[in-house]
Amino acid sequence: MEGTRHTSSQYEMELQDIKDNLIYLGVLTEKAIASAMDALLQRDTNQARKVIAADSEIDRLDMELEERCIRVLALRQPAAKDLRFITTAIKVNGHLERIGDMAVNIAEKAIILNAEPQLKPYIDLPRMAEIVRNMIRESLDSFVNEDLETAEKVALEEDEVDKLNEQIFRELLTFMLEDTRTITRATIIMQISKNLERVADHAKGVADMVIYLVTGKSVRHQY
Amino acid sequence: MVKLNEHDGSIISVQDVNFYYGASKALTDINMSFKKNQVTALIGPSGCGKSTLLRLLNRMNDLIDGTRVEGRVYFEGKNIYDPHVDPVDIRRKIGMVFQKPNPFPKSIFNNIIYGPTLSGAGSRSDLSALVEKSLKQSVLWDEVKDILNQSAMRLSGGQQQRLCIARALAMNPDILLMDEPTSALDPISTAKIEELIDELKKDYTIIIVTHNMQQAARVSDETGFFYLGKLIEYNQTAKIFTKPDLKQTEDYITGRFG
Repeated sequence: MEGTRHTSSQYEMELQDIKDNLIYLGVLTEKAIASAMDALLQRDTNQARKVIAADSEIDRLDMELEERCIRVLALRQPAAKDLRFITTAIKVNGHLERIGDMAVNIAEKAIILNAEPQLKPYIDLPRMAEIVRNMIRESLDSFVNEDLETAEKVALEEDEVDKLNEQIFRELLTFMLEDTRTITRATIIMQISKNLERVADHAKGVADMVIYLVTGKSVRHQY
Repeated sequence: MVKLNEHDGSIISVQDVNFYYGASKALTDINMSFKKNQVTALIGPSGCGKSTLLRLLNRMNDLIDGTRVEGRVYFEGKNIYDPHVDPVDIRRKIGMVFQKPNPFPKSIFNNIIYGPTLSGAGSRSDLSALVEKSLKQSVLWDEVKDILNQSAMRLSGGQQQRLCIARALAMNPDILLMDEPTSALDPISTAKIEELIDELKKDYTIIIVTHNMQQAARVSDETGFFYLGKLIEYNQTAKIFTKPDLKQTEDYITGRFG
């Protein structure tokens, strides 16, 4: 933890451990999204299967982190900054775990799409994935550095992702209207787009908690 | 009806107070108002001046040789340090409960009526009613109603402390000062006293000094943090324990001190 150290070095270590593990979990989930998108764009089904298998490590970390946070609550009765940190950690943990699940969803859909001829070249989807990955990285950076400015930036990028999602939706609608045989594939691509949009929501959720951690104010549901 | 201080509507307020034990200064420039029917906790490391301030509120420090007070403490619109104010009168209206239970070596009944009798309180039946009322207020009645003539020294520590609270309440005070009232008690007795504090604030104003920060968080509405004889931060308890305004407070609350 930044600033003055705890009188209890054991407590200090427990908090630092939680922080380190959260960052590690964040790195794993960002990688999972990147790999799942690669599996789709490169039409690499093997890669998609790896993403699905790797989720068990994310789930294990999620459980372990939650347990550590509950232990600190029970045994240390944290207050003020420490209380805000633990509350933040519990919620950030939940957001990251869900991002992992979204990566699995994308990978599963990639497997289905890879078995069919490609409907269209992917243009907006990789752009969207790039923004989303950046949001995950920035939200984690803001958490590590307790950086308010970066956390607030993440909220703005979410709007961009929402717009791309709507754009993809409209474009696919025209495909489906023109040729009903594209409906199955188009729907699956829509779902992937929706999954990425959910990841952006979770990254914003992480950033919102960082704002709470630093300022003590809750900014959720404000945008 | 208690008369509140006109300038800020508080029940008791401390203005520009400095306090000295001989040459050493224990409190510096304290300004602090206490709200009626609220529980205020005073916290801070040992030697920060919180107990000194508590004792200053009913002139208990007068009893210590070589002490000196500067500034004013307003109660009912009057400065209690005015020369013509009788400290005994102040202590009747502002009762105190100490760290270690200190019942008199008398029966439970006589412990309660000791103060009221000294101040010339009424008949035997009035006194019986007072004993019952005070013991019920301090949630001790059910445990002792059949042994009122037994020595108070035979009660458990937690019961003795509730007896001391009943004894203070029997004087019908406006304010109750508590100096670490549970530090000598087990967790169950502590929980009972804390529950009692919550109950009592309907009728009284309570100011409590505690080393147990979780206790301050549990029982108080407002918290004042003291360090080296100064009032560092005074705020709503929920605010102090989630997002205090000052880093110094935060460091103390989270155990990052020194």
